[in-house]
Amino acid sequence: MTDTEGVYNHPGITEPGVDKQPTVSGVFAVTPEVVNQPDVDLLGEQIDLAQELADAGIEDVFELLDKELIGLAPVKTRIREIAALLLVEALRRKLGLSGDPPTLHMSFTGNPGTGKTTVALRMAEILHRLGFVRKGHLVSVTRDDLVGQYIGHTAPKTKEIVKKAMGGVLFIDEAYYLYRPENERDYGQEAIEILLQVMENHREDLVVILAGYVERMDRFFASNPGFRSRIAHHIDFPDYSNEELLAIGELILAKQNYKFSPAGREAMANYIVARKKQPHFANARSIRNALDRARLRQANRLVRGGATGRITANDLTTIDAPDLLASRVFGQSAATQTSLSEETESSFG
Amino acid sequence: MRITQGCFSFLPDLTDDQIRAQVQYCIDKGWAVNIEFTDDPHPRNTYWDMWGLPMFDIKDAAAVMMELADCRKAYGNLYIRISAIDSTAGWESLRISFIVNRPEEEPGFHLQRQESNGRNIRYTTHPYAADRPEGQRYASRSIKTNKAGDPLVSLNKDSAGSGLGSGNSR
Repeated sequence: MTDTEGVYNHPGITEPGVDKQPTVSGVFAVTPEVVNQPDVDLLGEQIDLAQELADAGIEDVFELLDKELIGLAPVKTRIREIAALLLVEALRRKLGLSGDPPTLHMSFTGNPGTGKTTVALRMAEILHRLGFVRKGHLVSVTRDDLVGQYIGHTAPKTKEIVKKAMGGVLFIDEAYYLYRPENERDYGQEAIEILLQVMENHREDLVVILAGYVERMDRFFASNPGFRSRIAHHIDFPDYSNEELLAIGELILAKQNYKFSPAGREAMANYIVARKKQPHFANARSIRNALDRARLRQANRLVRGGATGRITANDLTTIDAPDLLASRVFGQSAATQTSLSEETESSFG
Repeated sequence: MRITQGCFSFLPDLTDDQIRAQVQYCIDKGWAVNIEFTDDPHPRNTYWDMWGLPMFDIKDAAAVMMELADCRKAYGNLYIRISAIDSTAGWESLRISFIVNRPEEEPGFHLQRQESNGRNIRYTTHPYAADRPEGQRYASRSIKTNKAGDPLVSLNKDSAGSGLGSGNSR
């Protein structure tokens, strides 16, 4: 390659093949000295796996994942497993041992608000650091973005999205909506066909992640066996426990420079128990919404209630019990059950 | 007669890997990449047919290569060029344009000399291909495709003999 260097001096012209193999741009980018060595030398060489892991920088992503995402232990384990597989695969490729690129398409199943999108975002980063996608961006879409309104509209629309996602990760939220068995002329089928084709033919160009609720996704896969067979990793997101939800709440508040007062924390724990019994509970998303409303009430309380007229920074950052106990959730559950503490009911009334 | 136009016209035809690298360069610069085709090879014919809209918000050259493969499938016997347009000035201006596909047979141009006043001569170039009506100018060629249905078009195999790397000059 050295004798043609003159030709490649133009900024636009790079050596052929440099962009084609994702490993080269990813893993090799951190250890450039390896590039010039022929494979024969590498075969006998000892490879420091820990060093490779550190070089790829995925430990940072894991740390971020651990810090940002409470709970989800099975998901984290699974992602570490996939990352280990990818790292080994990248090393094998470096030694010229590997054949086909691995299938990386995934499906994330779990109830709403269990962190599927957040994990997908981190997944894109992990894949990028290991060199399995070239750009590492996440394109998040739903049925509306893929399926058209009239005949001939769907294919260009889906292709447009696929083109946007190339070099990164295509995240299809609530993917089961693509398939509507009750309407045989539904255009979703067309989008599915294009996606299947892309997932097969452009495996090194993009990674598709499908997400949705467990039962509906199962039904979706049952009626589209092509999808199931093209997806290598099925990851199930469990619901959060009450303690985890409380921890998530504290994390959300901390990010916005708020905190719970001890009574507020207690009220939040009670709120979670009560909210879980109601319909449409969306895990972390419900918690976030509840806290948004609590902030509203806190602001209201400070503006109207301040008899002294003077407030401290502490007042501005503290979510107290009344801010949460004013919630409608307590009103309904207090009427139907008596499990809530006296204190809660009295302050509500 | 091998027609050359635009950037890299002094080089042998680019291989797919080289095209991909060029396209990635354009995308990294923030330019929109456009695919066009024509069967009228006259150098003053600037308005080629567009293969879809320019691709504005893509991140990776693979998307363009996919469209190029589709375009070759449909118009593999015509001239195809890739151009990139830059909007940083507030309007779209062409930054780069290069040919990525050409017909197998290029009959070339007829040079017409018109004698006018005195001993003046006016010159006109006329592509032989344009004698026939649009759509019938170049023989449709059978394109070998791979398993995925993407055409295995290597321009250099037919015309130039080799890629950049081997240093084979024509």
